[in-house]
Amino acid sequence: MGSSLDLDSSFLAHLFTAGLWAYMAGGATGLIAWRRAEWARGLSFGLAALGAVLGGAAALLTLLAGTTVRWDLASGVPFLRYSLTLDPLAAFFNLALALVALAISVYSQGYVKREGAGVLGCLYNLLLLALALVFTASNAFFFLVAWEVMALTAYGLVSFEHHHESTRDAGILFFILSHAGTACLLAGFLLLVQAAGGYDFAAFGEAARTLSPARRDAVFLLFLAGFGVKAGVIPLHVWLPAAHPVAPSNVSALMSGIMIKTGIYGLIRVTFQFLTPPEPWWGGLILVVGIVSALLGVLYALMEHDLKRLLAYHSIENIGIILLGLGSALLFQASGHERLAALALVAGLYHTLNHAIFKALLFLGAGAVLHSTGTRNMEEMGGLIRRMPATAFYFLIGSIAISGLPPLNGFVSEWLTYQALLAGYGTTQSLSRLMFPIAGSLLALTAALAAACFVKAFGISFLALPRSEQAGQAHEASFSMRAGMFVLAAACVVLGLGATWFLPVFDPITGSLVGPAVSSDLRAGAGFVLVAGSARAGTVSPLGISGLLVALLAVPALLWLLWARGTKRRRGPVWDCGLQRVTAANEYTATAFSKPIRMIFAALYRPTREIEAEFEVSPYFPKAIRFESEIEPAFEKRLYDPLKEWILALAGRFRGIQAGSIHAYLAYIFVTLILLLVFGARP
Amino acid sequence: MKQLAVASLLQLAVLLAVAPLASGVIKTLKARMQTRRGPGILQPYRDLFKLWRKNMVVPDSASWIFAVAPYVVFLTAAAVGLMIPMIAWEAPLGLFGGVLAIIYLLGLGRFFLALAGLDAGTAFGGMGSSREMTISALAEPAMMLAVFTVAIAAGSTSLTEVARSAAGQSWRFLAPSQILAFSALFIVLIAETGRIPVDNPATHLELTMIHEAMILEYSGRYLALIEWGASIKQLVLMTLLVNVFFPFGLSASWRAPALAIALGVYLLKLLALGALIVLVETTNAKLRLFRVPELLAVAFILGALALISSFLF
Repeated sequence: MGSSLDLDSSFLAHLFTAGLWAYMAGGATGLIAWRRAEWARGLSFGLAALGAVLGGAAALLTLLAGTTVRWDLASGVPFLRYSLTLDPLAAFFNLALALVALAISVYSQGYVKREGAGVLGCLYNLLLLALALVFTASNAFFFLVAWEVMALTAYGLVSFEHHHESTRDAGILFFILSHAGTACLLAGFLLLVQAAGGYDFAAFGEAARTLSPARRDAVFLLFLAGFGVKAGVIPLHVWLPAAHPVAPSNVSALMSGIMIKTGIYGLIRVTFQFLTPPEPWWGGLILVVGIVSALLGVLYALMEHDLKRLLAYHSIENIGIILLGLGSALLFQASGHERLAALALVAGLYHTLNHAIFKALLFLGAGAVLHSTGTRNMEEMGGLIRRMPATAFYFLIGSIAISGLPPLNGFVSEWLTYQALLAGYGTTQSLSRLMFPIAGSLLALTAALAAACFVKAFGISFLALPRSEQAGQAHEASFSMRAGMFVLAAACVVLGLGATWFLPVFDPITGSLVGPAVSSDLRAGAGFVLVAGSARAGTVSPLGISGLLVALLAVPALLWLLWARGTKRRRGPVWDCGLQRVTAANEYTATAFSKPIRMIFAALYRPTREIEAEFEVSPYFPKAIRFESEIEPAFEKRLYDPLKEWILALAGRFRGIQAGSIHAYLAYIFVTLILLLVFGARP
Repeated sequence: MKQLAVASLLQLAVLLAVAPLASGVIKTLKARMQTRRGPGILQPYRDLFKLWRKNMVVPDSASWIFAVAPYVVFLTAAAVGLMIPMIAWEAPLGLFGGVLAIIYLLGLGRFFLALAGLDAGTAFGGMGSSREMTISALAEPAMMLAVFTVAIAAGSTSLTEVARSAAGQSWRFLAPSQILAFSALFIVLIAETGRIPVDNPATHLELTMIHEAMILEYSGRYLALIEWGASIKQLVLMTLLVNVFFPFGLSASWRAPALAIALGVYLLKLLALGALIVLVETTNAKLRLFRVPELLAVAFILGALALISSFLF
């Protein structure tokens, strides 16, 4: 495609800015019309959809043209510049944001309840605005402002249903960790600003080369921690499974789909643009963090039977998979294998987009179920496929996609990740090359466990008999909710089957960040086949596989015509082992489903259980059994609880100087001033 | 294009025809090892034919997933069969996907079968699904390590390339990394096809069954599709083992005389592997479910050793 599209860059800037204005207007109308809930909802989410369309169009056109657009927003303050840059990387993340935001905004028309709709719409629009600015800001100060607005609006949205205590706790936890992360970013940016003598992103790359190696490492680690909190990498993830489930489901979808990707965006921006060339161990560290997050994320997800918490843990898993691509890209970049670095970066970025889409889809599906049954507990669902056929179908599409099964989009990006890891073996002669296939095999374990987890999530929630009265009376989602889910489900199919046609979008990104454009290396056979660098290294064709599956239907069809035309299919009760009729109580539960995993990985989970049985004559004829099983939240208990104790103890020591005496405070200020003058005056 | 179509149809025919035979031969060999007479090697064909013409009973509680799953199982297994080199070096539709796509396509079939196990709403089905997904998940990393060892040696995940690179060096299977990778994949084969000591294909005892528990509610044509699909999957995995590690006898072209010889060699290789499976099944007792992870951990370690030895030697 290249630069065949000749667009006026000021047109793109105006288009994008118009999208930002739509979000702002959406936020304002939400507040203005808050007394009329229907109007507030319709207008604010409608304007959000409009903003998504405008911003998405600008991002897509920028990507297709492969250009970079720079412009400033009026700030009104003399030396403060609100500079925006829509380069290919920014455009890609904005495109993902727009696609997901459009689907969620449509969905929200049917999902959002009347009470509080105006406030929710306002905060939602502000979050979209902040996200678009985080992806586009090209000035450290402006970036941090947008980052903070994002954190605050997200806090407001997480705590939206604040009448539950767990929601308030989750909100506070998010607030604290988010700011700890921002502090790391602030320190990292200050080191860069000091070297560059300005806030502009463009100057950082040059300036970072003048830093001493130790400072560069410090900057990298600060950014890794700061962005890692937002991305939810283990062990900085604890806020994520607490905050995502308690937020309204449309917000969970936006947070899991896009907000945690700001961490990924930041990491790419910093490591590929600011701190070039990267040190080899950075990539290795990211690879290790990625595989730990992926594996532990899915293992914790398997133990959840809160549908939304389960999905939240899968976000941690998928961030891990994305980091596998990013880490390998950094390693290849450090060892001078630019084409491979581009392949690995494409794998990471493609999984970023794919995860945004299928995770948003799954959260919207979970929201529809919550809306209809009033519960997030899978043990109280069941049989929903009959009451909510469309929702069940879309949820199934999302489940197949997130499990990385062909021919949908998750498969394509996981396949690219495997290929990048396999190619990594040849990039070095040292023993560290073994890291790549081992990471690949653990990725295989992760993906297989994810499939097990989604058999559980879909099978227990949607199949068999209803496990509770609410589940038996569930109703299908409204039209706009189904429309929102349809958009995302269709995107899962299109990005899977049509992957080869989508790949050129990555060319300007890899071109600007690592050098080569590799989409032509990744396509063969008139674009129907995806190849890994060269056709010799491996090929796959999701479209071909789908076509083959359909064509092979001829075999059973033919045999049916030959011998089975007269056979009948009738319904009957299942075999009940001679007892009374099989009821929902006989069904396998989510807890039982994951029991083998819980026993096999007992060293990690440290499960505890409690069984109480009531019986009259003999223990073999129990009247009632109560079973309780819990796993130990290892990171919360072993890392964060001691840390919390330590901080509280430290704070207790400082209580002494907080005497409440105004004279003492004046003395503190005076001493501080003297110290600042002494140290600050040095040339 | 025409050659490709002929090759695909030919391989499909061999695949569909040989798969039940492989199951029948293994069953008969096993019976002979246990000094029984056995049902005869053609019994699977008779079973499938009979099931195909029978009426079906579908559980009241089941949804459309129950009806779709048998087709997904059968179609994915058959599709995978066209993506591996069977009697010629070249996998007819190898362009559609290499070894990764094969593992994941089989995963798709398993995903639907496990859902179908839950769909009827009985305890047995759920139990089977849970165990099947657990064991397959634990088998996956071992399989991937062994596959990576082979793929790295060939520089490709395409099975045509893997077979071709091995064919140049016919004694390569004696290399330590190849022996270790073969052992790892053999354990995975045992686990994936539900054989002793992991699962017992001959039992319907509720406490021990895995695969059979998932398909307990199936009857008639659906059951035939699932059984046929399972035997194709078994044949595919066996073919993977014999042709990747012992690629001799594979035909270089799609011409009749060469193919006839290649088919004979292929069947002999399968017979040898089948005999090995029978030997393992007969001399071992079924493991308790929670001892299976240990067996799969052994496979993982074998895979890791294969990788390390391919680095060292």
